[in-house]
Amino acid sequence: MLNTSVLVALIIYFIGVFVVGFYAMKFVSKARKTEEAAKSEEGFLGEFLTSGRDLGGFVLAMTMVATYLSAGSFIGGPGAAYTFGLGWVFLAMTQMPTGYFTLSVLGKKFAIVARKIKAVTINDFIRRRYESKPLVIITSISIIVFFIAAMGAQWIGAARLLQGSIGLPYETALAIFAITVIIYTTIGGFRAVTLTDTLQGVIMTLGTILLFFVGLKAGGGLTNIIQDMKAMDPRMITPFGGDPGFMTMAWVASFWILVGFAIVGLPSVAVRAMSYKDTKSLHRGIKYGTIVSMILLILMHGVGAFGSLIVPDIASGDLVIPTLTVELFPGWVAGLILAGPLAAVMSTVDSQLLIVVGAIVNDLYANYINPEAKKDSKKMSRVSFLATIAVGVVIFIVAYNPPDLMVWLNLYANAGLISTFLWPIILGLYWKKANKEGAFASMIVGIGTYVAFSYVWPRPLGMHTIALPLFLALVAFVVVSNVTKDPSDEIIEAFWGV
Amino acid sequence: MSNNNEKKEFIEDPRYKQCNREVKYAAILGIVNMVWWFGWGYGLGSQPVEEYTYIMGLPTWFFMSSVVGAVLFTVATFFMIDKLFKHMPLDDMTEEEAKKYLEEVENNA
Repeated sequence: MLNTSVLVALIIYFIGVFVVGFYAMKFVSKARKTEEAAKSEEGFLGEFLTSGRDLGGFVLAMTMVATYLSAGSFIGGPGAAYTFGLGWVFLAMTQMPTGYFTLSVLGKKFAIVARKIKAVTINDFIRRRYESKPLVIITSISIIVFFIAAMGAQWIGAARLLQGSIGLPYETALAIFAITVIIYTTIGGFRAVTLTDTLQGVIMTLGTILLFFVGLKAGGGLTNIIQDMKAMDPRMITPFGGDPGFMTMAWVASFWILVGFAIVGLPSVAVRAMSYKDTKSLHRGIKYGTIVSMILLILMHGVGAFGSLIVPDIASGDLVIPTLTVELFPGWVAGLILAGPLAAVMSTVDSQLLIVVGAIVNDLYANYINPEAKKDSKKMSRVSFLATIAVGVVIFIVAYNPPDLMVWLNLYANAGLISTFLWPIILGLYWKKANKEGAFASMIVGIGTYVAFSYVWPRPLGMHTIALPLFLALVAFVVVSNVTKDPSDEIIEAFWGV
Repeated sequence: MSNNNEKKEFIEDPRYKQCNREVKYAAILGIVNMVWWFGWGYGLGSQPVEEYTYIMGLPTWFFMSSVVGAVLFTVATFFMIDKLFKHMPLDDMTEEEAKKYLEEVENNA
């Protein structure tokens, strides 16, 4: 049955997203006109992939938070808190540093270097720093493969959400979602993506706060909720979660590496650190980002944990947020709140979509397949639009036959990307001796051990699968860089000189 | 492997010194945040549930590690940005601009 009042609220939200897309389109069309674009050296792709580096503090914070907080944090995360209790809220807090850590570590240096070498994608950075064609081809393919997997999972989440709340058939829900994302990303590029992220970030934050306090009241206050959880299963209020042996100390603590610190290596996140306007924007971005991620993480996962009392016995933990929302709020308010998790998904996948397009168009096509095309803004824009639509269609097909519990799928793809990019970005930025042989070694060791471990040793030394491979990749990078030739003087001067 | 004497001379970007400093501050903040979270969370949370104490209805291990921790490290982030981070231009510099920037930094120090 169709829930019309939820539908109306969501339609209003979708219209808002489209308005932003059309607003951004003006800038993209301007950049497409060859004579305008010729003035800026980065041309059409500079606008389409980094919005001409003009992000302000608030937009930077919102697009940062909205990009890394995905469906995992709004559907899978609260779902796990529903199952495991307070321990999972505690685990979610390992994402807390992402608000300040990522932007501070890539920091001003990444922005300065990106301007020096005119980088508009992470692969531009890798290409100039390591000067190796095979390396760039590997990183580009890694982006395309892993992000399409991640997006497939996210789109499934979004479609489920629409299906659960409005009552649309899964296929229709998926189609509506896919068409919206593809259209505004195609017409508006990075500017549309960051502005819709901001709109979506605001909606997520307001929705989360509202849901938390109403949930708190429905559960009879904190003391009641915690004591009821304890009565249901005392382990629900420990850091070890409901199932004995699952949330062990080493495993939970290693999430600091996966979702806290190593997020620096996610291309969709890192590219934002080269797109802000000035240091004032950066400083504000870090402050706002930290506040917003703190509020979202603790309240959204808290609500998931409360859900175990308010709506016990739902079929899958993933459904806790939609179920609670529909249970606790009248239709149109529910619609606005449900726009929150939907916004979380949308704001993650639009960035990922753009990164994949960047990898195809900027890193592979313009660099290696047709180097002449880069000067022709009209051609670049046509190729970018076609690539965006094509990638969107591929993801739609991937998401059409959905598997269950998407949080694990999502983590798998993230881990692959982090193994590829973390050390080449950080060491390339801060260590003069980092060279292409080292970068190769770290990627091979990182991805290789990660894939091998996930089959034969899923919890190396008790930790999450990603922790040990990342460490081994670092060792490989440092050792190999030390025994092979230093990068050329030209590279060092381009990156370190004035 | 390298021989520094053979390397071509170039002026290192004067902004990097401050950039490198800021990275260290953020890394220290992140590690302290983790230690705080771990210490309170597992220090108190590992007790038997019957011995738990509560603050505002939440178990003390959770309240201190996750609620106080979140607020505390947000405040610490603000402090870090306001007191330790510095403004600087991000655009490409010529050698003259680099020298001027260096002078300004030294005058402010």
